[in-house]
Amino acid sequence: MSASYTGQKSYYGDGMAQNIARRRRHGRVWHILFYAATTISILALIVLLLNIFNAVFGFVLIEDEVPPTELAPGGDLESLSQGELISLLEEYLSVGLIRRFNFEEPLAERSVTDLAALVQVRIVNPTVIEAWSLQESLFQSDMIRAEHAAHPGTRVQFRSWLSARFLVSPQNPRPQLAGIRTAFFGSLWMIIIVIVVAFPIGVAAAIYLEEYARSEIWYNRIIEVNIYNLAGIPSIIFGLLGLAVFVRALEPFTSGTVFGGVDPTTANGRTIISAGLTLSLLILPIIIINSREAIKAVPSSLRESSYGLGATKWQTIWHHVLPASFDRILTGTILAISRAIGETAPLVVVGASTFITVDPKTLFSKFTTLPIQIYQWSARPQSQFRNVAAAAIVVLLVLMLSMNAVAIIMRNRISKQRRI
Amino acid sequence: MDTKLAMHTKNLNFFYGDFQALFDVSLDFGANEVTALIGPSGCGKSTLLRCLNRMNDLIPETRSEGEIYFRDQPIHGQEVDPVEVRRQVGMVFQKPNPFPKTIYENIAWGARINGYRGDMDELVETSLKKCALWDEVKEKLKQNALGLSGGQQQRLCIARTIAVEPDVILMDEPTSALDPISTAKIEDLITELRKRYTIIIVTHNMQQAGRVSEKTAFFLNGVIIEAGLTSDIFFNPKEERTEAYISGRFG
Amino acid sequence: MSDPTAQSGKIDFSPKPRPHEVAIRIFLFVTAAISIVITLGIVLELVKESWLFFGDPEVSLWEFLTSNEWQPVIGKFGIWPLLSATLMTSTIAMLVAFPLGLMVAIYLSEYAPDRVRAILKPVLEILAGIPTVVYGYFAVTFMTPLLQSIFGNDIVDVYNTASAGIVMGILILPLVSSMTEDALSSVPRSLRAGAFALGATKMETSIQIVVPAAFSGIAAAFIVALSRAVGETMIVALAAGAGPNFTINPFEGAETLTGYIVRISGGDISYNSVDYNSIFALGLVLFIITLTLNFISRRIVEKYREVYE
Repeated sequence: MSASYTGQKSYYGDGMAQNIARRRRHGRVWHILFYAATTISILALIVLLLNIFNAVFGFVLIEDEVPPTELAPGGDLESLSQGELISLLEEYLSVGLIRRFNFEEPLAERSVTDLAALVQVRIVNPTVIEAWSLQESLFQSDMIRAEHAAHPGTRVQFRSWLSARFLVSPQNPRPQLAGIRTAFFGSLWMIIIVIVVAFPIGVAAAIYLEEYARSEIWYNRIIEVNIYNLAGIPSIIFGLLGLAVFVRALEPFTSGTVFGGVDPTTANGRTIISAGLTLSLLILPIIIINSREAIKAVPSSLRESSYGLGATKWQTIWHHVLPASFDRILTGTILAISRAIGETAPLVVVGASTFITVDPKTLFSKFTTLPIQIYQWSARPQSQFRNVAAAAIVVLLVLMLSMNAVAIIMRNRISKQRRI
Repeated sequence: MDTKLAMHTKNLNFFYGDFQALFDVSLDFGANEVTALIGPSGCGKSTLLRCLNRMNDLIPETRSEGEIYFRDQPIHGQEVDPVEVRRQVGMVFQKPNPFPKTIYENIAWGARINGYRGDMDELVETSLKKCALWDEVKEKLKQNALGLSGGQQQRLCIARTIAVEPDVILMDEPTSALDPISTAKIEDLITELRKRYTIIIVTHNMQQAGRVSEKTAFFLNGVIIEAGLTSDIFFNPKEERTEAYISGRFG
Repeated sequence: MSDPTAQSGKIDFSPKPRPHEVAIRIFLFVTAAISIVITLGIVLELVKESWLFFGDPEVSLWEFLTSNEWQPVIGKFGIWPLLSATLMTSTIAMLVAFPLGLMVAIYLSEYAPDRVRAILKPVLEILAGIPTVVYGYFAVTFMTPLLQSIFGNDIVDVYNTASAGIVMGILILPLVSSMTEDALSSVPRSLRAGAFALGATKMETSIQIVVPAAFSGIAAAFIVALSRAVGETMIVALAAGAGPNFTINPFEGAETLTGYIVRISGGDISYNSVDYNSIFALGLVLFIITLTLNFISRRIVEKYREVYE
């Protein structure tokens, strides 16, 4: 097929078939490359998740200060009576400590379960001296056995670092006792403040920009450009803003001193409200952008039919545009909030507490959040805090994924039953 | 096999999923002739056109049965490389679709990927001259092709097609997006090009079919109703439905 | 219109006062204007504290911009150790994210069957939704040990910019790929058809026609991703190093701009100290860099956007 049918001179030569084969080969190589790149990306996600799960479960080597077998037959503390447990406590612990326990809640009034737990923590006092990953636990039992043998008086136990106790316990300097209760409440507070502050402002601003603002007016253009710029500013800069404005300049308000009820000598601006407002500013541009998209998706025919009946602008927006776009606005907002609860850097800058064990009770409490805890635990030198961090990551991811799932389900529902 | 045939199809059936778009289409396309495919929207004429250079391969969940020949070689089936087919059977689309590159590159690109070994400047110039575009663009070969007018863009698309020296050029309503003056230029060009190429053109415009084509095939609902000399189809149709369409009763 | 007077008498078409419509409009405008207040607040605070910083007798602007020593304890405030670490981690991240992201985008947009795309896009969305602190954990617990086992413990430090950079690359990969895919998908189908009709293979069409046609979008994706990398904090705070270090060795620890800000502000910091002011000066530098990058990306999109019919 080399010569042209019409007999004109061809410069394409006889090598066409070879040429095509070569081009096909190139095509295949590139195809494989594209495919490989995609596989690598997915592999990265899988490794990232596996790496976390790997640290959540595994064998631990525990050293008891006093082996429970010395205290109770078979080591079962709960088989002892209330009186036996109290006498154990009195035998091993200082008089001052016993007095403190009695002050908190008289020992004689405590249940066997509570007392056994107290004995477990205070007397048996198990310490995790070595923790293995799930992979090591499954495939390197020799190493674990050798380590166990090298530490006489220890026991090996399979441990899930993620447990009910982990969810309800506050922070603790010892990894095996640490929990995320305080951080979890902190994150909940953040969500509430963001919903109360950023959501209404963001939606209102989106309505203004989509329905009212004429973009040929200079200040509207500035607002529009500015929102896109804000969305591109690193979150840590918002942290600096929060530090300078909420924590420092507005300290009397954010510390709660002007409202009374807090001790003015220790109160400072590094509180829940400062952190929540900082996060609200951070995701405000995202909520505005997402809500604008939602409002933009409402067909203009809907507005026209409302105007055609003599409705005013606001009546049209309130009765037609907002109801028609509300699902999408909500979806966009949920995605924005899920971004907010994963934020770490601005909260560190605003001044999250490094160590608190008290539940945050008011807007003016000191705070920590899940990502802050993950950051602090990951940064600790003791390797067992890595396991604790991994367990906290699972909690955070489950929280975020369930929010995202709600948003995605809503989005799919909308696209299926598009009413307009 | 009659050497005068550039392409022909035998009992071609084509499906988009469950929907059958072509029914037993058997049609001959004579070499160095202009064949017009006419019929109302959705009658399958564009589908047939896209079968002829296997552009339909790019649409997922389509399949075809029957045979398509380029001269006497079958061009359908797994063992035929659609890339090679498209190099022999070029195509011009409904809307001008120049690449967002320079005018020069628009012509040179297709030739280059197909292994053209001659003088590229010369090829660009002759291709543009064949399409009567040279005088209009010779000063701005390095400018972006998207800056040309719609009619110029379409002629550029024809020029880039003939630069890879196909035997057959498929044209899918090439003037439907153009103004009357640009349309006239393209029609003149088709008349000029038929000396060297076999042209198969889909058109909605009856006058255009009458002006440029020698043969015409009339389609209705994926079936050929009538095919033959354009003059016969237009002035002496055998089928009542053909006459009804031509005289504008439907379509 | 059952009112009989409406039939005979004149209808009043004069504008009616609608106070609550006006009030709502003003309220909505105010909410939109809050974004301006936020920006002004950021600029004002950064500039104010930076002014105090450079007003300090220990600090000179010239030294800040030229010196490669940052040791606040002995009054040395040169930005280069921090800036170079930021450049290092960002460059490594872009080396990972850009080629991979581009190829993923080409695969998704040009090659992947619809069913595969329907699975892959949510997966990438998940990857993009994971908090950065989790990536930081990943860098510390997986990437650094991995690099150490490949190159040796004596070559790879516990904190190093390579680990942080690679993981940051994984973090911004979904951003690159989704922005690039948007750009590729917005190239009209007719262009691809035109290329195929000339006898081009799929690869030739994708790489020589579609990718160049989407140039402005891809360039914008690159710059937005770079800006994201420069401002990224938690990964570098955990994995890159806890002290300024002027080095080009990616296996050494070096603290970035963001890492330094987080470390200093995370401790107990007293207001009105040079330390406090210094993090705002660094924040100002960061702000200027990212704002410039965002500005460039928008200009590229506006200027080079191809106009298709």
